[in-house]
Amino acid sequence: MTDRIITTRMEAHPEDSNTMQRYEATGGYETLRTALAEMAPEKILEEVKAANLRGRGGAGFPAGVKWGFLAPAAPRYLVINGDESEPGTFKDRQLLERDPHQLIEGIVLTAYALGVNQTFIYIRGEYPRPARRVQRAVDEAYAAGYLGDDILGSGFSLDITVHLGGGAYICGEETALLNSLEGRRGEPRLKPPFPAVEGLYAKPTIVNNVETISNIPWIVANGGAAFDAIGPEGSRGTRLFSLSGHIERPGNYEVVMGMSWRDMIYDIGGGIRGDRELKCWIPGGASAPWLMPDVLDEPVTLDDTGRLGSMLGSGGVIVMDETTNVVAAALSIVRFFSHESCGQCTPCREGTTWLQRILERIVSGNGRPADVDLLLDVCDNISPGLRWPPAQTTICPLGPSAVSPITSIMTHFRPEVEAMIRQGVPAGV
Amino acid sequence: MSWSQETRSRAEEILGRYPEVRSAVMPLLYLAMREDDGLTADGMRQVAEYTGLTPVQVESVASFYTMYKDAGVGKYVVSVCTSISCHLLGGDGVLAAIADEAGLSPGEIDRNGVVFVERAECIGACGGAPAVQVNYELVEGVEPESSRRLCRWLIDDQPAVVGSDRMQAEFGGRRSFEWGPTESEGATGPIPAFGPYGTAEPVS
Repeated sequence: MTDRIITTRMEAHPEDSNTMQRYEATGGYETLRTALAEMAPEKILEEVKAANLRGRGGAGFPAGVKWGFLAPAAPRYLVINGDESEPGTFKDRQLLERDPHQLIEGIVLTAYALGVNQTFIYIRGEYPRPARRVQRAVDEAYAAGYLGDDILGSGFSLDITVHLGGGAYICGEETALLNSLEGRRGEPRLKPPFPAVEGLYAKPTIVNNVETISNIPWIVANGGAAFDAIGPEGSRGTRLFSLSGHIERPGNYEVVMGMSWRDMIYDIGGGIRGDRELKCWIPGGASAPWLMPDVLDEPVTLDDTGRLGSMLGSGGVIVMDETTNVVAAALSIVRFFSHESCGQCTPCREGTTWLQRILERIVSGNGRPADVDLLLDVCDNISPGLRWPPAQTTICPLGPSAVSPITSIMTHFRPEVEAMIRQGVPAGV
Repeated sequence: MSWSQETRSRAEEILGRYPEVRSAVMPLLYLAMREDDGLTADGMRQVAEYTGLTPVQVESVASFYTMYKDAGVGKYVVSVCTSISCHLLGGDGVLAAIADEAGLSPGEIDRNGVVFVERAECIGACGGAPAVQVNYELVEGVEPESSRRLCRWLIDDQPAVVGSDRMQAEFGGRRSFEWGPTESEGATGPIPAFGPYGTAEPVS
């Protein structure tokens, strides 16, 4: 059974997997050549729908269904979301740096399927090295006739522009990304209208994550049914997980979903650093609620993780060992969201700021007994009811994301928080 | 003051990449920073002229993002990540060590205008935590001691171009993943090193 799709080339040829020469030598662009000659655009859309490929950026929405929403107006755009910024996530960086042609072939196939002639690859500004690799690959693809006018004599034309961000996590949210790409502040838009109807320049636009589109060449080459045969229902295909924190072997691992969290952390990740005990982990980037060791034998799937009250999100698995000061860890995450709040919505702008201040005073030894309830009260104003999936009083989910670490420590470690407040001493990290 | 011929050519080339000129605001802001060694009111006026916006609209965009910095940031922006994975593995200690070595608090620049130290949010190097960037070129797996040496090297040697591979070899440790082939290019200043901006040059 296939257990690798998107990291095969970089594993086999670490010295030059990013080059056109290696890409072509390992069968690259053959799928595109065949598809442009023999497949109707609708056929590609059908295969991607049949694959049940769910988006790898965070929300997990089925890519084929998203494509199906694209409104008929022209021009229409495809935008690749390479604004990877979710704490704990570094997988797209590897795909951009190590196999940019795989992404480009996926883009051309997708654009052909959708009737798109202009694509933007939005890469976060702090990723200049990946951006240089992608730009070089784009230049190579133009020179070889895989981009530009009348690609491989098919009559189909496509241009790709590589666009760098300016440093703002929120631009990973697709409507904020579109505003940013239009030369505006990266503030999320109200939905509807969804980008598939009114996106870039108010035209129909599909926004897909780097990893999602990197899967497309394989799906078109092998058929949607072959992809749909990999992994459990609802979590088809492989997934590139980023392991970090107190883990013995951090890194990116492409695996078939459905294994247990125990296998993920102890087999793949090599267990906890220094043979310490696992305290808790975050299964899908800093926005996700934390999981406890009692669910280690639950399967790693999108739906099962949702059932546990969390999410696979961006695939960033952050492990914390028994020595972790969970309040200081929560502060790091809350400070992130406070810094990255775009400021449009009051509950998020004010709420994240207050959460940060309260946690800072607890960590510095100046916590007050009422702070426990105050933290939860502020959270309840950002996301009423503190339920999962979170209710939203804001335009985008950034505010509710800042609630996750608070509800996590209050649910699982409340005595630790209270003790820290009671003792009034600065806590170690 | 108007831009140099080279910058104007780059601006025209960048404008040609977008269906609507306004989309060029962000790349042109990087050109403006390169032209004036940081973002200035004059630079933003130039961007406004190219994109048909008012200078205030351009400033409104620039102020939203963290990487459009004014001329006060000097030659090297040192961004130290303390987001969760770096926090768990000692990023705060690295920030303290670098700030101490430079004699600065985060957000300050040294009196010679060489090094600016900032606390950064996640830079996508969590598997190689703790990590720092110098002019957005990455170094993974640093420790307080090696980050002090990195800081000292910047202050004493003032390299014309900084690149990830060289810094990683001299000051780095565990990486998030195998980086693959060496990159010949690095950053010439506190602007992402990217060909179309004229900010990427061979590492010295």
